[in-house]
Amino acid sequence: MSAQPASLDGPASVQLTVAYGFWIFLLSDIIMFSALFAAYAVLVGQTAGGPGGRELFDLHTVAVETLCLLVSSYTCGLGLVASEDRVPARFYGFFALTFALGATFLVLEISEFARLIGASAGPSRSAFLSAFFALVGLHGVHIAAGLLWLCFLVAQFAVKGPQAFLRRRLGCFALFWHALDIVWVGLLSLVYLMGSR
Amino acid sequence: MGRLSWAAIPIHQPLPMAASLFIIVGFLVLFALVSWKGWWPYLWREWLTSVDHKRIGVMYILLALVLLLRGFIDALMMRSQLAVAAGGAAGYLAPEHYDQMFSAHGTIMILFMAMPFMVGLMNFVVPLQLGVRDVAFPTLNAASFWLTAAGALLVNISLVVGEFARTGWLPYPPLSELQFSPGVGVDYYLWALEISGLGSLLAGINLVTTILKLRAPGMDYMRMPVFCWTALASNLLIVAAFPLLTATLAMLLLDRYVGMHFFTNDGGGNAMLFFNLIWAWGHPEVYILILPAFGVFSEVFATFAGKQVFGYRSMVMATMAICLLSFMVWLHHFFTMGAGADVNGFFSIMTIIIAVPTGVKIFNWLFTLYQGRLRFEVPVLWALGFMVTFVIGGMSGVLMAVPPADFVLHNSVFLVAHFHNVIIGGVLFGGMAGYNYWFPKAFGFTLDRRWGVVSFWCWLVGFYVAFMPLYALGLLGMTRRMQHYADRSWQPYLIVAEAGALIILCGIVATIVQLVVSVRSRDQRRDLTGDPWNGRTLEWSTASPPPPFNFAVLPSVDSLDAFWRRKQASAPHPPAARVDIEVPSNSACGFVTAVFAVVAGFALVWHIWWLAIGDMTGGVLAMFIFGWTERRKTTIAAEELVAFDVRQRTAVT
Repeated sequence: MSAQPASLDGPASVQLTVAYGFWIFLLSDIIMFSALFAAYAVLVGQTAGGPGGRELFDLHTVAVETLCLLVSSYTCGLGLVASEDRVPARFYGFFALTFALGATFLVLEISEFARLIGASAGPSRSAFLSAFFALVGLHGVHIAAGLLWLCFLVAQFAVKGPQAFLRRRLGCFALFWHALDIVWVGLLSLVYLMGSR
Repeated sequence: MGRLSWAAIPIHQPLPMAASLFIIVGFLVLFALVSWKGWWPYLWREWLTSVDHKRIGVMYILLALVLLLRGFIDALMMRSQLAVAAGGAAGYLAPEHYDQMFSAHGTIMILFMAMPFMVGLMNFVVPLQLGVRDVAFPTLNAASFWLTAAGALLVNISLVVGEFARTGWLPYPPLSELQFSPGVGVDYYLWALEISGLGSLLAGINLVTTILKLRAPGMDYMRMPVFCWTALASNLLIVAAFPLLTATLAMLLLDRYVGMHFFTNDGGGNAMLFFNLIWAWGHPEVYILILPAFGVFSEVFATFAGKQVFGYRSMVMATMAICLLSFMVWLHHFFTMGAGADVNGFFSIMTIIIAVPTGVKIFNWLFTLYQGRLRFEVPVLWALGFMVTFVIGGMSGVLMAVPPADFVLHNSVFLVAHFHNVIIGGVLFGGMAGYNYWFPKAFGFTLDRRWGVVSFWCWLVGFYVAFMPLYALGLLGMTRRMQHYADRSWQPYLIVAEAGALIILCGIVATIVQLVVSVRSRDQRRDLTGDPWNGRTLEWSTASPPPPFNFAVLPSVDSLDAFWRRKQASAPHPPAARVDIEVPSNSACGFVTAVFAVVAGFALVWHIWWLAIGDMTGGVLAMFIFGWTERRKTTIAAEELVAFDVRQRTAVT
């Protein structure tokens, strides 16, 4: 280590630059969510004579969804550690678990959406429901994209072995997955818990 | 084919048909020429698949200049319409065309002219000024450019197939909702901006990472050129603001496509939510455009006055202050919403406060000039023209920041005069200054001075003649976006404005002539040293045009204006080390992404669902293929680096 500040050492390593750039992307993604949160906050009372959150939300499902996501974040972290240890069995195991938990979350969310639409509380029923479906749905789309990305990365890992650039990408995926947890905590508190009061 | 049918082609409308034919014939001629000359392999290899930040920067600016022409033709036609449509006269443009025209003019000029112009300059210059070999993510950089180009193409397709939005450059609901705009115009607008907005966001992430993580050894933050600081501020704003645009337009899309109620009149929707969200992006957006221009002027004044920029630290502070404050003023675009005196008062004061850091900059530039030995090259003319013009525009802005005054001037042509005053006088003059300043760096020969001077004076005089009457007209009560008007006393002003637009036309023609003349006489105007202006910053320390690797050896920096000090001390930089380096190889990723994006946008506009779904599946597969094939690097041998280094040293001495 040199004594001078890192900013004087010249260009940062690829590892650092990639992680840094991905952080910036995640920040921008969270700002996109914040726009939808703002819209939800404005429109939450605009039920246009239709049902509100108290009648619609089922906190038991939401609790299971939350559990799935939070545990999947933990297993994702363990998988990332295993990729650095180069232990294939644990690596595949943890990421399979991550995928299964994420997929369970997605199935629960889709069935919740189907239940609401079936009870004629679909996204075009009222401004409140538009904001709800868009906000929660955007998170769901992120989860779906994340699952696809995870499969792609693990497949590459299986074929090419533990290379540096793949571990970099897995690191980005882990950041992405954790960020989605943070967004979900916001959703849980502001949409579901406050909405069910 | 969804909603698409032959009725979408405007065959029975002579004007749009002529424009369409012009575009189609233009494309065909270009295509034929390139094919006939056998230029496709060259174009594909050197430009379309290039991931070199310099090439991408040049393509951004080319896109901006082409769309400047398109946007200006719209402007000229609108001015001609208003010069004649007085009293009972209807003019020659039907209302539905006029409405599309002002919407397209604003959209194109802001998002597809000013934006690519500034992003292009930053792309080209920032890595060179930082003394590094490329941006942080070169392939992503290409994708950003091609997504912007894809959006621009969609806007122009709307001229030939279908129609464009009639809602103004920001599609305010409820007018932009399906109920009042059932056609495809708003959809074209929305998909074009979603696609190009994604490009801008990715470009922003890329440049923020580049500036914060990739700098030459020794270049700490307070040794970065002012242009890099303004680029940092501008790109931070892109990262923070563009997601809001994406989300807001997505909400409008959901309203229009799946019957949601974000902004509708019924179902509990709230149109003012759109106004707030869109301007929370829109106001930072104008600073995204003007901040890099401020950076250009700082570089130009310092270089041509032969002095370090005055008050460097205060310049940096002012830049970052503007960056922060720009997020706290958005409500001044709709003081008339009725938010009450307290809310209006807060946003009024914040808006007025922004004038302070801007004033700091103006004084810093003045003091940079003070006792300098100013060389009146073309970039300096643009910069001086900017100082005078921008101060006037800024003051009319501060005037409108006072809510009682704004209630009178809201939506009048006074406002139109104000924002043209700052955007032409600020952003466009900045772009032209940067274009003239860095052109020799990009191509290795200078631009013709005489035609540059002609272009500048035409633009400057034309601007004043075209827009000063609008200030007066606004005070006389003329509202914006009128296709015709009853009050004949306005007509003389509008005829003068038309004359101003024609003078600007001369300026544009002069710019084109300048380029043609310079290219034809390029052998006489070669710059062999790489430093034609006696520059101060690192981009002038390498050859013109710079090699793909930018620098044979990364420069070592120990102060502001390091290159200038090195020249003063006659201290040559250390010789190139004998090691191979790697630069990223070409990639078709960006271009392919854009092709999928254009097809997806077109299919979604026309509700051709099978095509949209097929195209997007293909797009995801393509991404997987690009992600799977490891990115290849091209090795540049140590011998080549050393040879370049030796050549460059001989050229300088």
